[in-house]
Amino acid sequence: MIEERSTTLKEKCLEKAQTGINGLDDITDGGLPKGRPTLVCGSAGSGKTLLAMEFLIKGAKRYGEPGVFVAFEETEEELTKNFASLGFDLDELIAKNKLLVDYIHIDRSEIEETGEYDLEGLFIRLGLAIDSIGARRVALDTLEILFSGFQNETILRSELRRLFSWLKEKGVTAVVTGEQGEASLTRYGLEEYVADCVILLDNRMKEQIATRRLRIIKYRGSKHGTNEYPFLIEEDGMSVLPITSLGLEHEAPAEKISTGIERLDTMLGGHGYYQGSNILISGTAGTGKTSFASQFCKAACERGEHCLYFAFEESPGQITRNMRSIGIDLQPYIDSGLMQIHASRPMAYGLEMHLTTMNKVLDTFNPDVVVIDPISNLTNVGTEDDVKLMLTRLIDYLKLKNITTVCTSLVEQESNDGVNGQGISSLMDAWINLRFFESDSELNRGFSVIKSRGMEHSNQIREFILTDHGIEIKDVYIGKSGGLLMGSSRAVQEANEMAEAVSQSQDMARKKREMESKLKALDAQIAVLNTEFEMQKEELDKLASHNELKNKALANGRSKISLIRQADAPQ
Amino acid sequence: MTNAEKTRMSDVKDSTAAFKEALIKKEDEKYVLHLYVAGMGPKSIRAMDNIKHICEEYMPGKYKLEVIDIYQHPVFAREGQIVAAPTLIKELPPPLRKLIGSMEDTERVLLGMDLKSKTGKE
Repeated sequence: MIEERSTTLKEKCLEKAQTGINGLDDITDGGLPKGRPTLVCGSAGSGKTLLAMEFLIKGAKRYGEPGVFVAFEETEEELTKNFASLGFDLDELIAKNKLLVDYIHIDRSEIEETGEYDLEGLFIRLGLAIDSIGARRVALDTLEILFSGFQNETILRSELRRLFSWLKEKGVTAVVTGEQGEASLTRYGLEEYVADCVILLDNRMKEQIATRRLRIIKYRGSKHGTNEYPFLIEEDGMSVLPITSLGLEHEAPAEKISTGIERLDTMLGGHGYYQGSNILISGTAGTGKTSFASQFCKAACERGEHCLYFAFEESPGQITRNMRSIGIDLQPYIDSGLMQIHASRPMAYGLEMHLTTMNKVLDTFNPDVVVIDPISNLTNVGTEDDVKLMLTRLIDYLKLKNITTVCTSLVEQESNDGVNGQGISSLMDAWINLRFFESDSELNRGFSVIKSRGMEHSNQIREFILTDHGIEIKDVYIGKSGGLLMGSSRAVQEANEMAEAVSQSQDMARKKREMESKLKALDAQIAVLNTEFEMQKEELDKLASHNELKNKALANGRSKISLIRQADAPQ
Repeated sequence: MTNAEKTRMSDVKDSTAAFKEALIKKEDEKYVLHLYVAGMGPKSIRAMDNIKHICEEYMPGKYKLEVIDIYQHPVFAREGQIVAAPTLIKELPPPLRKLIGSMEDTERVLLGMDLKSKTGKE
């Protein structure tokens, strides 16, 4: 009973027409309202025509829904050329009857209004176009041209109202574009007629970097993302970013993967990072952030996992060369296709572009682990807020895909607290801080695990050195003052301890020898005493037998005397 | 590009020459008019009546009027770049003009046909 009701309720729900535009379907929870008109408004050059056209193209190509594009501004030829540069072949679709472009020419200077009229011509043309290819989707770009072509606004408005209800009746999913007005969404208030779904596109300049944004102003009968989403126009069309989940729903696997440094694994509760977690490695210049990251890459590749390295500071060649110098040879993994390095200058393009490029590479390469080196360089591209927003989205996306991510972050100031990689440390699951320790006119590298969510971790500051076989974490030597000994003082301490150990073992040997000789002496004494004992015993025996003989002889003599005396035998 | 546009493009090129010609041959000038209507509703009928009336009055015997019902021939609506109905297209003489509405405003109709200014001058 309940099931029955839920299915009917589901059937009653608004049907969606997928746009096929990257990311837009996620934000709209499945697409535009099917069989209803959607208004896309925005200023000049904000990408309205592209959105409308891509909706039709993707509909024709992917969802088997032919479309009619009614162009008021550009001719079919112009459109074909413009979209060819975006990789869409309109002619091919037109030839297959999957797309129809109808250019409607309206020129006020040619038109003289002589009385009452309606826009039946437009309806008929649209109807013809829709019926001739069985279109399910319609785009009207830009309907507002009508307002510049016709003077009688009263007629126009009633005709527009009629147009939208007619489109609904036809059951086509329509995208209507409109120029943004100063005080209203569209210059002529088209939003008044399209009540179901309104999307606003925006192209704004901030600190000399242009960012395109998309926002769903309203969407009746459907949940939708309410934020402003950056989007990009690229060589293959539009993509709205990011493809984030609207909630924190990612899984949290319990498996751990090695950091590539055995002793660091131990420090992180024994087995390394959690799979699918994000790790921040912060530190000042030269502390070895890239080395830590590379070590992790190497370990991942050794396990046969795919590793993606985003480099914002060095070229791939530079990274492999530098890492080879500390015994981390990444080249074989690059050659075998396990690892990819993507290097780009942060300033090369805007934040969103970076994000899309990254997402795109992520989707094509499908890595298990990702390194972003350094994440802090991206701050140059936008304001802190923007960067944080973007990183949140990126990290969300990575988490959703269960990719373990190591981000390095360059910090300006050497300090243990307040090291805040763009305020993103709160997004990170684990945070390792690398720093220089200055002592005895030396700079030594040390690190500590500042946080590591969901696992026990060592609280000790450890020294590490970059050797020709990678990162080596040294033993802990605490000096007399309680501080960690590093560098040469550690070496001195090490030597001292070694020397002490040697002298201790020598002492031991001597003592042992002494004891042994003492024992030997005692043994000898025991032997002497034993012989003496034997001798005494012998003596004693001898004495006893002698006495007996004497007694016997005495007895013998007495009996002999009595025999002589012929006395009777003694009683 | 539709046929109508192509004609229009060539019209533009020849317009100066045509204009001169038209000035000379004003007397035997022929008006080729196409009236596009959407069905035979009251607006259409009014437009037809009005335009016939104007033609008879201002260019008797010098015009050729054709009425096209775009309900029956939707293709013409596309080819003729028709948006509003009724629309009267003055195909000849150049320049091409579109007159929309029920042709009630005679002044405007004449203006659109380039008849007003001419009559004014004469």
